[in-house]
Parts: sequence; C-alpha cells; structure tokens
Amino acid sequence: MLRFILTRVSLIIPTFLGITLLAFFLIRLVPGDPIETLAGERGIDPARLEELRKVYGFDQPILVQYGIYLSRVLQGDLGKSMITQEPVLSEFAALFPATIELATCAIIFALLLGLPAGIIAAIKRNSIFDHGVMGISLAGYSMPIFWWGLILILLFSVQFDLTPVSGRLDVLYYIEPITGFLLIDTLLSDEPEAFWSAVEHLILPTIVLGTVPLAVIARMTRSAMLEVLGEDYIRTAKAKGLSRFRIVALHALRNALIPVVTVIGLQIGVLFTGAILTETIFSWPGVGKWLIDAIFRRDYPVLQGGALLLGVVVMSVNLLVDLAYGLINPRIRHTR
Amino acid sequence: MALVEIENLSVEFPTQGGIMRAVDGVSLTLEEGEVLGVVGESGSGKSVTMLALMGLIPFPGRVRADKLAFNGRDLLTISDKDRRKLTGKDVAMIFQEPTTSLNPSFTIGFQLTETLRLHEGMDRKAAERRAVELLGQVGIPSPESRLSAYPHQLSGGMNQRVMIAMAIACNPKLLIADEPTTALDVTIQAQILDLLISLQKERNMGLVMITHNMGVVADTAQRVMVMYAGQIMEERSAADLFASPQHPYTAALLAALPERSEGGRLATIPGVVPGLYDRPKGCLFSPRCAYATEHSRSVRPDLRAWAGGHIRCHYPLGDPNRNAEIQHDHPVGTEAAS
Amino acid sequence: MTTETMEAPAVAAPTATPPHPLREFWGYFSANHGAVAGLVVIVAVVLVALLADVLAPHSPYLTDTSIALKPPFWQEGGTLAYPLGTDPIGRDILSRLIYGARLSLLIGIFVVAISILVGTVLGLVAGFFRGLTEIFIMRLMDIILTLPSLLLAIVIVAVLGPGLMNAMLAVALVILPHYVRLARAAVITETSKDYVTAARVSGAGTTRLMFKEVLPNCTAPLIVQASLGISTAILDAAALGFLGLGAQPPSPEWGTMLADAREFVLRAWWVVTFPGLAILITVLAFNLLGDGLRDALDPKLKR
Repeated sequence: MLRFILTRVSLIIPTFLGITLLAFFLIRLVPGDPIETLAGERGIDPARLEELRKVYGFDQPILVQYGIYLSRVLQGDLGKSMITQEPVLSEFAALFPATIELATCAIIFALLLGLPAGIIAAIKRNSIFDHGVMGISLAGYSMPIFWWGLILILLFSVQFDLTPVSGRLDVLYYIEPITGFLLIDTLLSDEPEAFWSAVEHLILPTIVLGTVPLAVIARMTRSAMLEVLGEDYIRTAKAKGLSRFRIVALHALRNALIPVVTVIGLQIGVLFTGAILTETIFSWPGVGKWLIDAIFRRDYPVLQGGALLLGVVVMSVNLLVDLAYGLINPRIRHTR
Repeated sequence: MALVEIENLSVEFPTQGGIMRAVDGVSLTLEEGEVLGVVGESGSGKSVTMLALMGLIPFPGRVRADKLAFNGRDLLTISDKDRRKLTGKDVAMIFQEPTTSLNPSFTIGFQLTETLRLHEGMDRKAAERRAVELLGQVGIPSPESRLSAYPHQLSGGMNQRVMIAMAIACNPKLLIADEPTTALDVTIQAQILDLLISLQKERNMGLVMITHNMGVVADTAQRVMVMYAGQIMEERSAADLFASPQHPYTAALLAALPERSEGGRLATIPGVVPGLYDRPKGCLFSPRCAYATEHSRSVRPDLRAWAGGHIRCHYPLGDPNRNAEIQHDHPVGTEAAS
Repeated sequence: MTTETMEAPAVAAPTATPPHPLREFWGYFSANHGAVAGLVVIVAVVLVALLADVLAPHSPYLTDTSIALKPPFWQEGGTLAYPLGTDPIGRDILSRLIYGARLSLLIGIFVVAISILVGTVLGLVAGFFRGLTEIFIMRLMDIILTLPSLLLAIVIVAVLGPGLMNAMLAVALVILPHYVRLARAAVITETSKDYVTAARVSGAGTTRLMFKEVLPNCTAPLIVQASLGISTAILDAAALGFLGLGAQPPSPEWGTMLADAREFVLRAWWVVTFPGLAILITVLAFNLLGDGLRDALDPKLKR
C-alpha cells in the first residue's frame, strides 16, 4: 500500500513540472514585455527594468530562467496582479473558497441524483425508467451549460421570481469571512437569515454546474452496474439464495463503485471548466470569473498564476481520487 | 420420490439472429445420494440445464418444462422467496472459475458466513466458528487465518475449496459442480475431485458433475448423461456406458480419451457443434456421424429407452440389425469421405 | 469397443446463413432509435448548412433598428417575416441560426480533422517506437488531460488572441489526447497480434506496417471517437464564443449569438433560447450517433 501511494505521488511530479513549464512559456508568448508581465507593472523606467532583468535572470540561459521561475513558484511567489498589485496567490486564496463551495454543492447534487438513477436504471434495464434516465442524461451531457444557466434564470428568476439572478449573498447582509464558505460563515454570524439567502443564491449555480457531472455519473453508474451484474460472483451470490436487494446493494454496488469513483475524480477537472462558465453567468465571485476577467483586463500574471494554481488543484484532486481508488479496491490495498 | 425430476425441459435465448435453443427436451431424474455425470462439448447445454434447475437462467432466457421439481417441490410455480430458501441451502452449486466466482471486494470469511447467517440463522460468532470448521473440512490449512483473506490472495485451487466449503455449508441434498476442475492445474484437479467424492459419500448428498471430460466421470459417477447441442444423446449407468457405448457420439468421445487410444494417432471427432445458423433438420449429430443415412439426416430421432438407459439414435451400436437398417436407409458418410 | 476414427461427413445444408457484416452493423445500428434520430438530425443540419443561401429568409448581417427585438411569430407583435424574432439590432434570428449551422459544422469537422490527423500520427509513433519517444508524447498528453479542458483552451486563446481560428486550434489541442491514446492503444494491441508479426517477418517496413496493416484495424474506435469529438468541439467552441474568446461579432456563431444576447435575457427570451437550443440539439445528435456507432461496432456488447 505504501509503495502504491509513493508511486502515485511520484507520478505527478512530471505533470507538475510540465504545467509549470507551460506557464513559464506562456508569459513569454503573451503580447507585451515579459519583464513587465512578470513584475506585474506597466511602463517601468529603464533603470528598474535593468534591475528586474537581473532578478528574473533574463541575462542567463533559458534553463536557468526556468529554474528561477520554478523556485519562485515553489515558494508561493506567483507574481502580482497588474491591476490590483495584490499577490496572485493571496487573490486566489481569497476567491477559491467560493469556487469550492459551488463545486462541492454541485458534485453532491450530482451524486445524490446520479448514483440512485444509474443503479435503478441498471436493475430495470430496458424499462421506461432506464430509457428515460439514459435520454435525459445524454441531453445533460450535451448541454451547453452557459445557455442552461440563462434558461434557468429566465424560468426561475424572471418567470417565477423564486431565485436571485446573481452573486453569493443578498446585499443586505455583510458576513465577515471566517472560513470563506458562506454556508458556514452565515451560520457562525449573528444573522441566521443570511444562511437562507446564501442557500437561495446557491441553488441555480449548483444545478447548472452539477448537470454535466450528474449525467456522467448516472451513465457511468449504470454501465458499471450492468457489467458487475453479469460477473460470475453475482451468479454465485444468487446461487447462495441471497435476496435481490442484498445482491444489488452489497455484492454488486461495492464493485461497481470502483470505476465510478474514478469517473467522479475525472469530473473534478470538468467541474472547474464548468465553474468558469457558471461563475461568469451568475457573477459568482470565484476563481473562474476572476480568470476570465483577467483575460479581458490583460492581467497576464493573474492568468498565468491562476491557471497554474487551478491545474495544480485538479492534479492534486486526481491524486487523492487515485488513492481513494486504492482504498476501496482490495486488490490494490493488499499488494505490497 | 426422486430428488430431482425434470421432464421435457427447454431453455431458449432470443438473439438478434433468432431464437437460440440452448437446452432442447431434456428429461432426467436423480435419486438421493446419487452421483450423475453430465458430459458434453462446450455449448452442449449441460451447464444451462443445471442453471435452469437452480433458477439462475439470466434474462432474457426462457425456461419451459413439463415438470421441474426438487425434493417434491414444483420449481415452475414456486415463489421467488421460497426459491431463495432452497437455493444455497438444499441445492448448492460450484462453478468453473473459482477466482471470478468469489466476490473480489469481500473476505473469504464474510462470503462464507453470509450463507450460514442467512439460511441457518447463526450469529456472527457461531457462523465464524462453523466457517473455520468448514474450511478445515475442505482441506484448507490454518483455516482461522484464511477468514480475513481476499480471493485474489489465494490460489485457484484454494478458492475452489472455499467455493466447495460455501456450497456444503448448509448440508445440501444436492450439489451441482459445473466443470469444477477445468480451470485448475492438473495436479490440483485430482485433489478437488477426491474431495468432492469423499464429501458426497460422507453426507450422502446427490452430486451432479458437469464436465466435458469423459475421464473425470469414469471413476466418480454412477450414471452418465451425454449431451450434444442441447439434447440428451445417451444416458445409462456409468459401467455400461463405458463398457459398451450405444450412441456413436459417446463412442467417439470415448475413443478420443488418451488412455483408450490404441497406439498411433488419437481419435478426434471431425466438425463442430452446430450453432444458431447451421442446426441440421434431422439428427443433430448427423453431420459429424460416420453412420449417417438419408433417413437420419431428415428425421430427428426421439429419446427412447434402450439397453437399461435412454438413447437418441436411429441405429444404436448394440442393435443387432443396425447394419441392415443403415444399408436400407442409404448411408452417406462413406461417399462424402471418398 | 470401436477403434475406427469417424469419417469426415458431408456438411449439412445450413438452414439459415449469418448476415453480412455491414448488414449486421446496420441491424444493430437501426435497432437503436436514438442513434437513428441523431443521424436524421445531423443530415438535416448538414442540408440546412449547405442550402443556407436558399433557406435563409434574410441576410444574417443585415441590421435594422426599427425592427429590433421583435418576438417570434406566434407571440403578440411577432410577424411571419421574422419567424423566430429579431435580435437587439434587428437581425433575423432564424437566418443567423441557419448560417450558424454552417459555422458550427465547419468548426466540428475542422477541429476533429486536425485532431485525428495529428493525434493518430503521434499515437502511431508512440506505439511503434516505444521508449523515450513514447514516454515524452504520452506524458505531454497526460498533462493536457489533467488540465481542465476549457481552462487550457482559454489560456491558449488568451495568448494567441481571440478569434474563431485560434479557438478552433485551442479546442483541437484540448481533444488531441483522446486520439493519441486511442491510436497508441490500437497499435500496441494490434502489433502483438500474429498478422503483424507475419507481415514483419515477411519484410514489411515500419511505415508500411503503420499505415497499411494497423491503421485500418483501429478505424472503428476512431470513427466513434470522431463523432463524439465533433460534439465536444462544437460545444467548446460555442463556450469560447460565449466568453467572447471565440468567433467575434457579428459572426452568426451560436455561442457568440448567446453572448451578444445575454444582457437582453430579462426582456426578450427568444434571443437566448433559440441559439442555445440549436447547440443542444446538434451536440445531442452527434452524441447519439457516437453512442449508436460504438454499440454497433463494439462486439463485446453483442450477444
């Protein structure tokens, strides 16, 4: 097991180096002077430019420059925003909880609906329910979520006036950030009604962001269940006279979950992609919207640092999922 | 009352190309404590017959029979709930691939005690004690430590012993062993067969041994049923069948045994079992039969009583008039070969 | 005991013949109603795209502020001259959707064509030469796969500058790893098979082996992946258009149309509803087709 963990961890090192390499060259490719971009300042006077040139090692070979960049990254120095002059890392840290909160709600929404739907569809194969789940999930999988968000706003906010159109919280409330997660912070604050405001604001973004993972999880659960239900050990379980419920809920599900967990892990990357769009539609103050804004403001340090950080986050989550996969699969857990 | 009574059983699977009849008009009785060998090539319907008895025919397969009874219980009308009380308790089954037949996500102990707790109502402690006892009976060394092992940590032979322990856990009246040794090493095969036979003798349980290997049933079975393309070809006591096979197919199977080969090359049966698209009109074995005639090609023989057993053949090998009959019906085999 | 071996008998005339492979494929495919529906929609979209000049009632670019934001014909104030209404600067939405079909199909086909071309070559190279070449290519693909696809596309477009061409290149790069992996896996399974060994023994060169022997054997999964790839390409390109990073106004690209109309969502539901529906239906059709092809071509699922 320890060896399994070590192999997996060591496997992400080249990926990490690759991502930093991409980010490193990104700065050199964007329009404008790379030193200005790196320093996060515009219109630098020649004396300072010369000084900065030394700091970033521009007089040195490219490999050394990459080494300097890498060591800065490892120390958490991702440069400064050209607009706010704030360090990229601290801006990211301030906005990231909003994205995590949204993403977590979306994945929970997708799991709560997707797992049961997939299991039931598999058991009742070729039934109307099965065809319905498969049809709806394919539509969900094909959904342009930026449009889906607008349609939900049109329906629930404009037509029925049920949910707010944008933001995380009603402007009436001001909540001091403690954890950064509004669902928690509002409960800790002295304004408990604010919690319901936060929930209201979360509903539509959660549905929009959860739609694609929901579709994928439902389809994957169904096909994993179907495959497992055809295995020899399910026949053995039936030959033991076990009840249908026990066979499905215990013998089949435990094995079917193994590929499903992997798929959920892969969905984390998709989730951050979706978060960029969802946050843009709902003006959700997270890292996705921050990145898009950075593009239009030509704030390249933010784009470089933010993309690097998001990449690292996705990579780490994939690693965790991989390890979780090892935990639920005894064939891996017990190999030394 | 016989332990198992099957009359005119057929099992069909609908496929894209039409209906596939895996079992076709099989009738069979089995007495308590009897050992029956069911022999046939792959696809001959021997496993499907027994899966039908267990109620394990997967969707969309269809089971039809005039009678299907176990221990006097009608299995055609039995409720699912009552059926589940029987399977795993009074009838148990072990399969060809022991390693894939055990659930990879659960320990041996869990899978073994599950049956005991369900059918015998034991608590965890009692079930575990009994599980250790059972593992010892099937010859697994240091059984206590095996309870927490996973199937992938044991060898195929060990896993088959676990499967046997699971099957005999509730003292079944009938054990069906579906090619129990096919996937195992040759050295392990004999051990597993010996184990099955000694357990059968100890407990006087009925045993159905499904195999494609005539050699396996030679020393174990009291009665042998030979199946071909879903039909019974011949069914007689093992001693008679091995001494003087009556069906050309049985004879050919026996001739293909290495220990029976008489010098020179090992006999083979040319051709393959008919599939969905090339099912002959007459006798199903006629395309591969050395004695096929115009008559046997066009008229399918019925299963009839013959020489103390049953046979499905127009010209049984022990029939004194068969040469005359074959001549009369215009043999075709020799012309085709020349 | 008989000692004679059995004579080879004449083969009995079969009562039915197995169907021809293509016929069998069509049998499986047509039994899948969703796949057939997808195919019908795709054919319809292709026809609309080809006949856009004939079908579109107006020019997709002609603005006329006097008729801005006219609702669809069935609503009060709507007219049959603009069946699906007009956008905020008075362009006919139906005409723009019809020309948009042309763009979306071009995007899908262009992106997938590039990806397949580059991806197959990279995959074949990785599969055949193994060693360092393979490690380098596959690691690079892993990195692309690790990064969220749209994020990567956004970064690329941000560097290259917004525009349809750059957006298409970015999307092509993002979906590249699927084809590389597919081609490499196919090469590795195929090269271990006997017929490749046979070809090699008989002196066939590596290039010849790659293109003549192995490639035809991985076309089935490539076709399936291509169909699914077109849907991803259309969807991602539309997303980039929506973010203002893809096709630029006044191009009638569906995602760009949505971006233009976004601020009017509260006043005029039709300006956002129809472009999105067009994307959804087209993408769904390609996904249905891809699923149907996979089921029909994958022998594992056959009984």
